[in-house]
Amino acid sequence: MSTVKLTVNGKAVAVDVEDRTLLVQLLRENLNLTGTHVGCDTSQCGACVVHVDGKAVKSCTMLAGQADGANITTIEGIAKGDELHPMQAAFRDNHGLQCGYCTPGMIMSAIDIVHRHGGQLDEPTVRQELEGNICRCTGYHNIVKAVLDAAGRMKVSQAAE
Amino acid sequence: MGVEGIGARVVRKEDKRFITGKGRYVDDIKLLGMTHAHFIRSPHAHAKVKGIDSSAALSMPGVVAVLTGQEIVDDKVGNLICGWAITSKDGSPMKMGAWPAMAPETVRFVGQAVAVVIAETKNQARDAAEAVVVNYEELTAVADVHAAIKAGAPQLHPEAPGNQVYDWVIGDEGAADAAFAKAANVVKLDVTNNRLAPNAMEPRAAIADYDAAEEHYTLYTTSQNPHVARLVLSAFYNIAPEHKLRVIAPDVGGGFGSKIFIYPEEMVALWASKKVGRPVKWTGDRTEAFLTDAHGRDHVTHAELAFDANNKITGLKVKTYANFGAYMSLFSSSVPTYLYATLLSGQYNIPAIHAEVIGVYTNTTPVDAYRGAGRPEASYLIERLMETAARQLKVDPAALRRQNFITQFPHQTPVIMAYDTGDFNASLDAAMKAIDYDGFAARKAKAKTEGKLRGIGLSCYIEACGIAPSKAVGSLGAGVGLWESAEVRVNPVGTIEVLTGSHSHGQGHETTFCQLVAERLGIPISQVSIVHGDTDKVQFGMGTYGSRSAAVGLTAILKAMEKMESKAKKIAAHALEASEGDIVIENGEFKVAGTDKAIALPMVALAAYTAHNLPDGMEPGLKESAFYDPTNFTFPAGSYICELEVDPGTGKTSFVNFVAADDFGRLINPMIVEGQVHGGLAQGIGQALLEHAIYDSNGQPITASFMDYSMPRADDLPSFNLSHTTTLCPGNPLGIKGCGEAGAIGASAAVINAITDAIGKNNLEMPATPDRVWRTIHAA
Repeated sequence: MSTVKLTVNGKAVAVDVEDRTLLVQLLRENLNLTGTHVGCDTSQCGACVVHVDGKAVKSCTMLAGQADGANITTIEGIAKGDELHPMQAAFRDNHGLQCGYCTPGMIMSAIDIVHRHGGQLDEPTVRQELEGNICRCTGYHNIVKAVLDAAGRMKVSQAAE
Repeated sequence: MGVEGIGARVVRKEDKRFITGKGRYVDDIKLLGMTHAHFIRSPHAHAKVKGIDSSAALSMPGVVAVLTGQEIVDDKVGNLICGWAITSKDGSPMKMGAWPAMAPETVRFVGQAVAVVIAETKNQARDAAEAVVVNYEELTAVADVHAAIKAGAPQLHPEAPGNQVYDWVIGDEGAADAAFAKAANVVKLDVTNNRLAPNAMEPRAAIADYDAAEEHYTLYTTSQNPHVARLVLSAFYNIAPEHKLRVIAPDVGGGFGSKIFIYPEEMVALWASKKVGRPVKWTGDRTEAFLTDAHGRDHVTHAELAFDANNKITGLKVKTYANFGAYMSLFSSSVPTYLYATLLSGQYNIPAIHAEVIGVYTNTTPVDAYRGAGRPEASYLIERLMETAARQLKVDPAALRRQNFITQFPHQTPVIMAYDTGDFNASLDAAMKAIDYDGFAARKAKAKTEGKLRGIGLSCYIEACGIAPSKAVGSLGAGVGLWESAEVRVNPVGTIEVLTGSHSHGQGHETTFCQLVAERLGIPISQVSIVHGDTDKVQFGMGTYGSRSAAVGLTAILKAMEKMESKAKKIAAHALEASEGDIVIENGEFKVAGTDKAIALPMVALAAYTAHNLPDGMEPGLKESAFYDPTNFTFPAGSYICELEVDPGTGKTSFVNFVAADDFGRLINPMIVEGQVHGGLAQGIGQALLEHAIYDSNGQPITASFMDYSMPRADDLPSFNLSHTTTLCPGNPLGIKGCGEAGAIGASAAVINAITDAIGKNNLEMPATPDRVWRTIHAA
């Protein structure tokens, strides 16, 4: 057992976990942040993507201990109160989700994609960048639309800040 | 149409919880004192279980129990059933081997459970499972359908000699033979419909909680149809009578058919929770999903199509071998029979059809309904045949289809189905216009100058949805009726709860079902909530599959609404001192037509519940329920056209355009309908290009992870070009046909027809991987 200290959605936490505990297990089982999902066991599906120090990471592929000292943001931590993150709003407005299971990972990956590419996003780039997130419901059509829409919204909201 | 009524593109009500991480799936639920289950599964495709030694595991930290197949049999938990009886052509009933929830003696596919470890934590259960020693005696296995029916093949079940479940026929063999005897041309085709893994993104999970004092079970499960689960668990598996078993299917992360069925893990969790006296949770991992979720498709077919000298179809003969895997799953028997062969007429006037379907056991994961369930196999076959015929007869594939389209409705096919309405030319016209069919030759020539092989492929599908008229399916062997129920509760303050037996696992019922209420009463959808997925709340229901939730489930809600409105109008008329016949409902008010006299819905509701001043003899309250049994199947149909390029150097396929023109009857929410089509197309294209659940000859699965089984990713797919033509379904009052499966039914033939057009060779099996396409291009 080890004590892992980290900041999750702006809150400092210290959690005693078995050394083999994955970050996703710590989030789901110890912190009850069940918005982060597990959809596979081979780091393929991306349902578990969270931000570790601002970068998209598959939390099923990182030991909780490796996140010691890190700043973690999950799907539960991106809205400002009742105000949705532009990516969340874009997924809703573009019908970018159906069953909702892959959605948190998609949104967390997509925010990272927009941050990394800034205004340079186009459809082929979004499709290629989403390679590590699998959705079985939407055929990706509306997810791609949502990410492109959100890229515009995020630029506007950044400009306003 | 109001802003939130029928036909409006209303953004989904349910989305907020999903985009904020507040969805509540089974694995998100924790119960006090909950234990965790881990199954011990056979690594062999066929073996005798000679002994299980759990002594070491039992002494490991946190282990509560190790339970075996023999124990579940000793406790008289029933074997898994198949709920649709099929009769072979010789009159004999289908031949079924016994399927216990955990195998006491013989395992018949890799992944079949033989024992389960219950422990305090998931990791402890997993650790202890490693220490359970199972002594197997390996038997020879068979995975291929043709190998399984050969003399001397390993026999799976003593009840099914020759591994044959049934040999079933439909249609008129004499009439078909006569048509072929007179045919001017005969087109022949051998087709394999590749086995698929459904892969809903949420793995299956179950939490069972036994209350010893009440002798009552609660089961949280990933189900598309919780009431059917309760019915089967009660009536056939001896778990508990229905009033002592509550089944809850909360948010469910996709189903695609695979979560219709009641699986061994749910039975074991229920049984084990009583054994250990604590709640038991099981959450599958992805490999377990590949090994144990019912697979789809897996047909091998030879078909022949007869034409007269004018290129009119005169007959169709089909012989299909359907691989059922090692056991008959809940609705498996119906999939390659009544859900497949009854659609073999496609959109065409075919006077004589005969089909024979041989169901076969193999040492593989059981096969059952997967999005489309039989109809994709039928549509793929007939649309590959039509394309092959056009090439053989040297006519335009669109023209050949048009020449043979059914244009008069109703149309009785030779294979049971009576198509009620449609306009197949309209959808083909729309698709051809959308893709600029006439300009294709020029585009193909230009692509050639760039070293690319461009092809175009059509697929004109029809399906039978709105499953289904209970009397009709009963006469065909179904063990259940396929109506739906609904209840409309108007609360004293005028807000409304609609309880439905349909189950949403991505379909958006919480929005579309509210839209019907908004349409009828003129109130915002925020005043309405949809309740589903809990057998203690909803009286009964048959669940969601077969594109039935709008055509059947929503119609049940409409029937309940009509009853409620009728009573509310009586109350309003009484309050307004008007005649009931003069009351109209507008913008949330009950008005006397042509006057300014009105009473708002909340006041009517309050009057119903205070009951101070109701018409004489009227019962208090405002709550009505209805059961709706459809009168016919519905028949969504459409035309898909795919244009793509093949790189002859690599065999890689790139989409240029994919157009879909569907006729779904009335659309409640076009945004959601389009989403359903997108997802279906992705699954159809996935089947055509990427997906294949493969076994080696010993029954070892080769594709049991996302590393090995190629799921469609964003960069494998194009954006889609959708449109709709409309003929209203005459079979239900809303005119709805259903849209959930169309994409998966129609897409794969369009893709393969396009690739084979591009490369100029007709024989190409799915999935058309670059390797396979390259080899086909370069084959002698």
